[in-house]
Amino acid sequence: MDTYLLQIFNGISVSSIFMLAALGLAITFGLMKIINMAHGEFIMIGAYAAYMVQNFFSQYLPASFFNFYFFAAIPASFLLAGVLGWILERLVIRHLYGRSLDSLLATWGVSLILQQLARSIFGAPNVDVKSPDWLNGAFLVHPGLQLPYKRLFIMLMVIACMVVIYYLMYRSNYGRKIRAVMQNRAMAASLGINTRRIDAYTFAFGSGLAGIAGCALTLLGSIGPTLGTNYIVDTFMVVVLGGVGSLWGTIAGGFLIGTGNTTLEFLTDATLGKVLVFTLVILFLQWRPKGLFTIHSRSLDE
Amino acid sequence: MKINFFSKMKKSATITMTALFVSSALLSGCGNSQVSQSSDTGTDSKDAIKVGILHSLSGTMAISEVSVKDAEMMAIDEINAKGGVLGKKIEPVTEDGASDPAVFAEKAKKLLQQDKVATIFGCWTSASRKAVLPVVESNNGLLWYPVQYEGMESSPNIFYTGAAPNQQIVPAVDWLLKNKGKKFFLIGSDYVFPRTANKIIKAELQAEGGQVVGEEYTPMGHTDYSTIINKIKEEKPDVVFNTLNGDSNVAFFKQLKDAGITEKDLITCSVSIAEEEVRGIGAENMAGQLVSWNYYQTTDTPENKDFVTNYKARYGQDRVTDDPIEAAYDAVYLWAAAVEKAGSTDVDKVKEAAKDLEFKAPEGTVKIEGENQHLWKKVRIGEVQPDGMIKEVWSTPDPIRPDPFLKTYDWAKGLAN
Amino acid sequence: MTTKNFFKTPSSQTFLIIVLLLLIAPLFLSVFRINLLGKFIAYAILAIGIDLIWGYTGILSLGHGVFFGLGAYAMGMYLKMEAAHGKLPDFMSWSGLENLPTVWAPFSNPLSLALIVLVPALLAFIIGYLTFRNRIRGVYFSILSQALSLIFVVFFIGQQAYTGGTNGLTGFRTMFGMPLATDNTKYILYYAAIFLLVLVYLYCHFLVKHRLGKILVAIRDGENRVRFSGYDPAVYKIFVYVSSAVIAGIAGAIFVPQVGIISPAEMGIIPSIEMVIWVAIGGRGTLIGAVIGAILVNGLKSGISESFPEVWSYFLGLTFVIVVIFMPEGLVGLVKKYASKITCPIKKRKATEKASSVN
Repeated sequence: MDTYLLQIFNGISVSSIFMLAALGLAITFGLMKIINMAHGEFIMIGAYAAYMVQNFFSQYLPASFFNFYFFAAIPASFLLAGVLGWILERLVIRHLYGRSLDSLLATWGVSLILQQLARSIFGAPNVDVKSPDWLNGAFLVHPGLQLPYKRLFIMLMVIACMVVIYYLMYRSNYGRKIRAVMQNRAMAASLGINTRRIDAYTFAFGSGLAGIAGCALTLLGSIGPTLGTNYIVDTFMVVVLGGVGSLWGTIAGGFLIGTGNTTLEFLTDATLGKVLVFTLVILFLQWRPKGLFTIHSRSLDE
Repeated sequence: MKINFFSKMKKSATITMTALFVSSALLSGCGNSQVSQSSDTGTDSKDAIKVGILHSLSGTMAISEVSVKDAEMMAIDEINAKGGVLGKKIEPVTEDGASDPAVFAEKAKKLLQQDKVATIFGCWTSASRKAVLPVVESNNGLLWYPVQYEGMESSPNIFYTGAAPNQQIVPAVDWLLKNKGKKFFLIGSDYVFPRTANKIIKAELQAEGGQVVGEEYTPMGHTDYSTIINKIKEEKPDVVFNTLNGDSNVAFFKQLKDAGITEKDLITCSVSIAEEEVRGIGAENMAGQLVSWNYYQTTDTPENKDFVTNYKARYGQDRVTDDPIEAAYDAVYLWAAAVEKAGSTDVDKVKEAAKDLEFKAPEGTVKIEGENQHLWKKVRIGEVQPDGMIKEVWSTPDPIRPDPFLKTYDWAKGLAN
Repeated sequence: MTTKNFFKTPSSQTFLIIVLLLLIAPLFLSVFRINLLGKFIAYAILAIGIDLIWGYTGILSLGHGVFFGLGAYAMGMYLKMEAAHGKLPDFMSWSGLENLPTVWAPFSNPLSLALIVLVPALLAFIIGYLTFRNRIRGVYFSILSQALSLIFVVFFIGQQAYTGGTNGLTGFRTMFGMPLATDNTKYILYYAAIFLLVLVYLYCHFLVKHRLGKILVAIRDGENRVRFSGYDPAVYKIFVYVSSAVIAGIAGAIFVPQVGIISPAEMGIIPSIEMVIWVAIGGRGTLIGAVIGAILVNGLKSGISESFPEVWSYFLGLTFVIVVIFMPEGLVGLVKKYASKITCPIKKRKATEKASSVN
């Protein structure tokens, strides 16, 4: 019984990780229609930011502060990834609006550069980020059923990010502008919205979210130059399955792929599980090409 | 695309496009034109002997292979400082295998046919070795392969300086059965080494009264082990035998610790984690767990003290040495000794001279077994310490004879044909 | 399409010159370089197929490594059976198989080489039929095709006993009885590769110059308009996708005996994107650009990565970003622009704009 309960928890936990990794993509791909193949590298940047903050804390601050480095690491990851995202938007992405396929190819070039940059700066081997003490250990439901604090913490982070995004996108002036620009650029511009600035900020925000995901992933996995490549295909599938441009879609997509992965892995094995999940997603998209949550439109060309 | 538009300027377009092509052909063709001119004098030129260094310096395998390359370069420089081989300097020609077996095959061809190197030191993954094998065999070249591997191979053109299965996996299982328990859970990355290793382990466990309660493989780059850890919890094994590779180890050990499983509840024994990998995993996540190798940075020999000191002096105090690094270092010295003994770099003469050749390596004395060109090696079980070093907890008293096809084990009949 | 017209365009003339140069290359280059060039020619064949589907039809497939791999594996399996001399191929025995699996059985017969084209064609037909009929297009198709290549790589690695796992297939000895290691066989393979390159180029050239080519470009530039004109774009897309997959399979088949190995590393996501890079750098929608791009990029890769492996990633990444943003027509487009400036500055055509709207 415990095994099954724990498996359900694992499913939710993996889903939350996929959601976190895909949130930034839901913004850059979902709203801006930029296929950012360097999204995984922004996750990696977030992870290295956490690494740098940890090193700073252990070298320059008293040992008693070390346990709180993670609170500094989260905003640092967001900022570093966000700023780099902003630079990327100014240099590269702004030439690519309306050229989705080209954006895919150009950002793939960017991802090559960022990976090599990480290798040049931090070296090819993985680095170690020590998780703070208060995240070690597990919540004991009863002796057979332990829920690791780290996984619970990541779930909380996902919820927090969702709330912020929801507020920002649907309840704030800034969000209204973003949505206006994404829906009809020319109209928004003629109403006096600075579309270039909105583009840059939105892309930076999406990249920053990827950075937060990277920071969270240091708790569970490896930190190395190729960290991002492990997530890139999964996150794109999450967004496509959920439906491009919908926050709920990303949540639903992450949940389905996450639980699908863990359940099928539990019933068969990891290799077959992965193959089955992707095959099912591809088949599902044959039936609903636009994903689970679609924005209805009468336009033939999206 | 209406190319007729350009009818007036087609001539110049044609010329320029051709020029583009020719320049590319030249780039690829003449990269090493000097070498091809001096091809007949390549190996035995007056002042230098060329050797190839073929590792992944880019791509996913660069993590491991760069330090192995460093060790080989260090050995070459040390030998050159003492006057070289046959009175000539060794001149390394470095190539990048780019973590791609097809590139390894191409670069091995280049080193042997174009650069005419006397030998190649290189490869890490089985895939890269298998790609290079037909190349060295058909060109009668030499490859020194420095990594422990799954066995079932003995090419006349390859020297294997890492462990064969009977010098790492088989004794580790034997020791675990005696000291830790009978129920084994096997976990590995989905590729050739773990699958073959586990086949050997299963045969051995069956013969010696052990039991396999689970066997799981995960794709390369797998990041979530919660489901497998759950399966492990359910099966309650005594030992988890771990053949995971690369990044997956980091995720596995971090998540194993989070799930509340420590070395006191469940011991793991890993055969692809050495000191370098421990640093990426974090010693705090793995302290107390077991590994099996032939060499550790802490191995207590006078040769090792010098080796570690020199390596750190050369590449930085924060660097560590480990088994594949040491095996790569040995390979260069063994080859140099064989060349001295043969008085020539001719492959057949070197192979003949290498038979039963001994070398005082950092891990202790190793000897080349003439029959299969592997090394006699001591086996050491080690325990990961909180500082990231590995402490030897058991070792065989003497070096073990290499047996890549496990011919001397009754239970292994039928494993290799 | 007459032969007379064929020689009139600068692209075809360039192609002819390239072929002539390739034909006489063995006079100047060592057998190692010829072998390497033969590999690049296999890549060039593949690139032509990608150009057909991406440059002309606007479908960006990030899964062409799969078709390349399937063709290559079909050839590899045949060569492996020939090397095994009726016994079980070596990797099967240490993976625990005792009898030859059914999928391998046909490969003892040379007729099985037809599978080099049949398997990619069938897979492309199934995928194309499903996705194009369901009007999955643009980036959705690209992402799906990427997932496809991931599925195949994971699957091929997982089925070690049947596919050789990560090691792939290697250790080939002979091809139709000729030892692969001899110089003679290498020259024969090299000329066979050139022959296939010419064949594939002519086929694609014929396709795109024919009426069908116009429809393909029309699909690329405005699929709905094509549909409203009474054509069914799906039929054309399926046809061109299958053609492209077959070409990739052929490229894989001529790759294997020259390189001596095929492994899942050649069919994954990264190689699949790299294939697109060659076409983008050479110049999409020109066929000749694909040939030049494939040979140029791989030539540079061999040259540069020999001395500076770290620089290569930066170089490739940066080139790619610049090419995609500033020269969507690639090197061939650049040459055209430059040439038109010299010869007829007044008649400067705005063909660039047309091609940059590829989406």
